Amino acid sequence: MSQVKQGKEPLLRIAKRDGISRPKAYGIRVIAVLLSLIVSGIFIFAVTKLNPIQVYEAIFDGAFGTSRRSWVTIRDTMMLLCIGVGLAPAFKMKFWNIGAEGQVLIGGVITAGIMRAYGTSLPTPVLLVIMAIMSILAGCVWGVIPATFKAVWNTNETLFTLMMNYVAIQITSYCVALWENPIGSNTVGVINQQTKAGWFPEVFGQTYGLNVILVLVLTVGMFLYLKYSKHGYEITVVGDSVNTARYAGISVKKVTIRTMAISGAICGLAGFIAVAGASHTISTSTAGGRGFTAIIVAWLAQFNTFVMILISLLLVFLQKGAIQIASQFNLNDYASNIITGIILFFILGSEFFINYRVILRGKKEGEAK
Amino acid sequence: MKKFLAMLLALVMVLSLAACGGKKTEEPAKTEEPAKTEEPAADPAAEVKVGLICVHDENSGYDAAHIEGVKNACAALGISDSQIIMKYNIPEDETCYDTAVDLAEQGCGIIFSDSYGHQLYMQEAASEYEDVVFVACTGDTAANSGLANFKNMFPYTYESRYVSGVVAGMKLKELMDAGKVSDPYIGYVGAFPYAEVVCGYTAFLLGIQSIVPEAHMDVQYTNSWYDPVAEGEVANALMSRGCVIIGQHADSTGAPSAVQAVKDSGKEVYSVGYNIDMLSVAPTAALTSAQNNWAVLYQHMLEKFLAGEEVPTDFACGAADGAVMISALGESCAEGTQEAVDAAWAGIKDGSLKVFDTSTFTVGGETVTTAFGLDTDGDWVNDTGEAIVDGAFQESVLRSAPYFALRIDGITELNNN
Repeated sequence: MSQVKQGKEPLLRIAKRDGISRPKAYGIRVIAVLLSLIVSGIFIFAVTKLNPIQVYEAIFDGAFGTSRRSWVTIRDTMMLLCIGVGLAPAFKMKFWNIGAEGQVLIGGVITAGIMRAYGTSLPTPVLLVIMAIMSILAGCVWGVIPATFKAVWNTNETLFTLMMNYVAIQITSYCVALWENPIGSNTVGVINQQTKAGWFPEVFGQTYGLNVILVLVLTVGMFLYLKYSKHGYEITVVGDSVNTARYAGISVKKVTIRTMAISGAICGLAGFIAVAGASHTISTSTAGGRGFTAIIVAWLAQFNTFVMILISLLLVFLQKGAIQIASQFNLNDYASNIITGIILFFILGSEFFINYRVILRGKKEGEAK
Repeated sequence: MKKFLAMLLALVMVLSLAACGGKKTEEPAKTEEPAKTEEPAADPAAEVKVGLICVHDENSGYDAAHIEGVKNACAALGISDSQIIMKYNIPEDETCYDTAVDLAEQGCGIIFSDSYGHQLYMQEAASEYEDVVFVACTGDTAANSGLANFKNMFPYTYESRYVSGVVAGMKLKELMDAGKVSDPYIGYVGAFPYAEVVCGYTAFLLGIQSIVPEAHMDVQYTNSWYDPVAEGEVANALMSRGCVIIGQHADSTGAPSAVQAVKDSGKEVYSVGYNIDMLSVAPTAALTSAQNNWAVLYQHMLEKFLAGEEVPTDFACGAADGAVMISALGESCAEGTQEAVDAAWAGIKDGSLKVFDTSTFTVGGETVTTAFGLDTDGDWVNDTGEAIVDGAFQESVLRSAPYFALRIDGITELNNN
């Protein structure tokens, strides 16, 4: 009899998995999605007495029901993806960039300002290039400020980037009040509604074609940058251990600032895409919380930008679906948000079962699956 | 490598989905068109789909009034509830455009939006869907938009504001006669510093002054249409300055609730609400609420639309058509209030009482003899006709949305930007 065994063995034990085969991991995810549909189905029926299948059809209809809706879904997916791609290098470096919201907004404000000011005097292609560069610079500055403070004085980047959001939001509110149209409406309205100057041109006959191209280029570029470039390797090393990085002769200071410049720049560009490519207006809701949602996207994808496509699509899909069921079945937003909440809970929860395994009492380690 | 292939596959799936989506709708779009043109022979009311875009949901008194208005108008015209598509909580940004376009694609023949800030996004959608009529309630750009399918409408809310002011004035007079109040000090919780709000509180004060001529008023803005917390705070701030009656142009029950709480602590304060009857949240503090009966306006627009006639570009009407009213008088109202209210309504309806009679107010100590009608671009140049005719400011005549933006003597704005 061994002395180690004390008391009763718990009914369930949790142990970290050493590794999991790919099909098994995907199997767990599929089971999670099915379970989530069943549980939210029960919720739907219990609370609203609606047929869950119809509700699921409505969710799909809301996201892909018409070509217009498909494109709006794609446009919003690209937006979320773009910010997620921007956040990836920062988070991979373990730099907690909570400031994407502000970086997007400041890029958007600059874009809107230029669009208003030079809409009549410059041709659209020139305008687009200027707006893109300026939004990149603005986002860059918004990223570099907290990064410099972190690198030089070791300030807390989570709080710093968060505070930078509020600065950007206040600047945006100020500009909205300044550019109000019509006066008193508290909105900037559609900028250059008549001339469409500074708006993204149609590409392949698609209004949002350019958005897709720009973001996909960034997605591929970021994947290659993180995986194959020397910079990407430095980011990984700094993220894993600052001391190892120092030992290897990597300038942590330089990498921190450089990476945040890139991160901020892409988020700034996201602001440009949001304003010039989608909304053609600016408001404090231009970023619309996407700067925070994108953090989920980046983390869930473990900084793999291609996986981010799927995750952003899933999030936007659920959001569009929620809007549709709210309207179609006269549920209020809360009910439909509960449904999407259940689905997300299971999908996020499945990651737990991929990383850990549950061992039942009485089973030996080896037997447990 | 395997991972990369999987991702590539995913990418292809996403793009093919988009491509599928693209093909799908070109067909229905084609089939729908002839269906529409064949239909008019049948009953148009059975076929039409009506869209409504709300800035909040039924929890906001203002939106609740619109939702009820559309439903009642449709019921009166034989349009069933299933033909109305409502979209709630649509912010005043590009979401409104997306929503308007989506409603048009769902086959709505006429689409309403209920908030001022929605209008330019509605206009954007109107320029793309010429067969669909877009009506921006409380908007003001339709006349100059150059679009045949973009419309505005607004009730003569200033009439009900004036009458609710009469109710407040009667109470104030009672309090002063009883020696409970010496300073006729009014507070007003405003949303934004622009014409619709200015017109409303001016009419409210003029109503009070018709009973208590020395009454004066402070206005504080919340810079939001719906913010229960901020409205309550502003009401508290105004009451601590000594205001006896709190009026409001904001959509929540925040202010009346705050007034009721202070009243329960023993102070003589009363509330005049907007949109909904406030007696449920302020049973002894609420006097009445100025209300719009949106159903009258919706019905007028829908009638024209169903008959295939031109929907008016700028539609406004008031008490004479039953479009404005005040809610039931609260138990705290002074004696004789009902008679004073009836007299005011009668005067407004027969035209003998003009709300903005220039002999009843001054600006900078002087009587106003000339004023802008419209100045939509804010360049201080009058865009349309003279607003002051026959010794009264003609509100909502040159266009449906209010444009009375004079700051009259006796009103102090505490925080205009």
